[in-house]
Amino acid sequence: MSQFNEMFQGADVRPPYARLQDWVGQMPQELRSLKQAEAEALFRRIGITFAVYGEGGDPDRLIPFDMFPRVFSGSEWAKLERGIKQRARALNAFLVDVYGRGEIIRAGRIPARLVYQNEAYEKAVAGFVPPKGVYSHIVGVDIVRTGPDDFFVLEDNCRTPSGVSYMLESREIMMRMFPDLFRENRIEPVDTYSDKLRRTLSSVAPAKCKGDPTVVILTPGHFNSASYEHSLLADLMGVELVEGQDLFVDGEYAYMRTTEGPQRVDVIYRRIDDAYLDPLCFRPDSMLGIPGLMDVYRSGGVSICSAPGAGVADDKAVYTYVPDMVRFYLGEEPILQNVPTWQCGKPDDLGHVLDKLPELVVKEVHGSGGYGMLVGPKATKDEIERFRAKLIEDPGNYIAQPTLALSTVPTFVEEGVAPRHVDLRPYCLVGERIELVPGGLTRVALKEGSLVVNSSQGGGVKDTWVLAE
Amino acid sequence: MRLTVDHVTRYSYDHPVRSVVQSHRLAPANHAGQKVIEWEVTVSGGTKGSRHRDGAGDLIQAWTVAGPVTEVVVQVRGTVETEDLAGVLRGHRETVAPDCYLRDTLPTRLDVALIALADSATAADTLSLAHALSAVVSDAIAYRPGVTHAHTTAAEALALGEGVCQDHAHALIACARHRGIAARYVSGYLSANEDGSAHEAAHAWAELYIPGLGWVGFDPANRCCPDARYIRLGSGFDAQDAAPIRGIARGGGHEDMDVTVAILQAAQ
Repeated sequence: MSQFNEMFQGADVRPPYARLQDWVGQMPQELRSLKQAEAEALFRRIGITFAVYGEGGDPDRLIPFDMFPRVFSGSEWAKLERGIKQRARALNAFLVDVYGRGEIIRAGRIPARLVYQNEAYEKAVAGFVPPKGVYSHIVGVDIVRTGPDDFFVLEDNCRTPSGVSYMLESREIMMRMFPDLFRENRIEPVDTYSDKLRRTLSSVAPAKCKGDPTVVILTPGHFNSASYEHSLLADLMGVELVEGQDLFVDGEYAYMRTTEGPQRVDVIYRRIDDAYLDPLCFRPDSMLGIPGLMDVYRSGGVSICSAPGAGVADDKAVYTYVPDMVRFYLGEEPILQNVPTWQCGKPDDLGHVLDKLPELVVKEVHGSGGYGMLVGPKATKDEIERFRAKLIEDPGNYIAQPTLALSTVPTFVEEGVAPRHVDLRPYCLVGERIELVPGGLTRVALKEGSLVVNSSQGGGVKDTWVLAE
Repeated sequence: MRLTVDHVTRYSYDHPVRSVVQSHRLAPANHAGQKVIEWEVTVSGGTKGSRHRDGAGDLIQAWTVAGPVTEVVVQVRGTVETEDLAGVLRGHRETVAPDCYLRDTLPTRLDVALIALADSATAADTLSLAHALSAVVSDAIAYRPGVTHAHTTAAEALALGEGVCQDHAHALIACARHRGIAARYVSGYLSANEDGSAHEAAHAWAELYIPGLGWVGFDPANRCCPDARYIRLGSGFDAQDAAPIRGIARGGGHEDMDVTVAILQAAQ
């Protein structure tokens, strides 16, 4: 399989990486080791670690950081940006539609079953249009590249995409360690993210809110693997970080307890699942939630971001239909392509998937984080046969995709510098406006040849540069 | 028929509680079969919170009670003019797509016995099938209070062969969904017959979606379709989702609940 190397075309260096060629060439081995140790110390000091589920071991394991940046030219980014914003608009239009009249279903463009019988579809918010018609305020679009102009969307994350703290901290650390690089290259800043996020959240305050809206971040607490990110974003935005027990409902509004008494809350950026928001509406056994919150939300007393029910748009089976959403709601052709996807629930597709299993990537429809998936070309015969049995037992639970030749970016490894596979997650903000910070989270599969970039599966992160034109 | 409702729910706590938050589905919505003449809900020591009409057309009213309290009394009093429409829910404004109600929930999850029961009903069209399903459920589960509880599932009630209206409704919903008919749980009131034969004044039944007719009520506990003796409060996937009162008390001990309901047919 030929793989696109983002830095080298044969012996030639692609223009966005031109200056990095000298940088890495002139870096002595000792300096490199020193800098790598410094980066690790910085990450350790700020406390950004990643708890790996289901692996035991050190829950405060450091996520590996690779110093070799990933670079996009201004024009490459311009196309990506248009494509991502288009997708974010279509996904939000879809959400407003399926909680309203369901025109796309009436038109026969997407099966009713996929939407209405989806576990993420919240009947409790049917008929409700959130402020500005936005359900998903932060859309994390996972993108892979296979050629100079070939970008594919792997999946959409419409609920609470995590990882933006890595984008911010990777940049911070790179600027601290290699200030010269930032003088020599014209790199677009990403530190405007928190201001833009704050503005986005404020712009969807409920109509009843007069004046400057009070925004809070609702976290499940410090046992959560993303709790560092929650507190970083709260600090950067200058808003309170709260847990469910800090909030309560009184009359038509939600309040937080403060040392100066109750303060009304207008916008809740929640980093907990729908099921835990309100025990009176969802799981009655939830200790994390705020009793009565959904009644206040439904009557326009508080905004919740992402809006409850947004998850129905990022289901892996619904993903297949996102290009149709772009055409249906926007009347445009999709700028970013989907990866061709077989729905194992369809008998024809299942037959094909079972035939080609050793060549395909198979994922659970509701899975995330790289768990419960099969990477055919990397799997043993045994693993493939075990997966075949699972597929036959519950085909509707799986989708399959061809194994893509993910692009590579030079990465510091034991032996020096070597190409490693990467993906990209930019964070698109949707409120009164749609905004995208030039950059994102680049994840890198550090094992040679590996295509699994999930941080929970041993992937690392890189700083992502967009060069000013 | 003109029905008056007097419904009192008394929550008592063995230690004073800090606060109580409730979400009520306690106000009937107007539709062709029922018209609200007057209706009042009060909560002792309570403050009215937000109010909205949800996607299923139910009126939802939030209440908060500031503690410390050891008792909260929810009182419902009202009068509704009803009409017998043979169970058909007409003129009810809602936006939830009927297909939503094809999803199962824990109390309506199928097991082998429920599947066999559902498959035992035969009929030529959806409406007849709905009647047949309601009949097989009535036959399979005898009315007997006290043997089941709030968290009994349809499968458990069928295994026991006994239960109350909640169990009948869950079983019918499970069977209907298995046969591809969207079905939902309805909570409301039922006025007893003059001979006192009807069960449970705080009542529950099921609605099945019949193409061409829309939602139609079936009450397997009383082997009939809802008529002028019924007042409809609200609906949901199951009993918990359609509960007239959902509430939570913070910072207290054990909760006891006492309910009295009287439904009277007003003198004309």
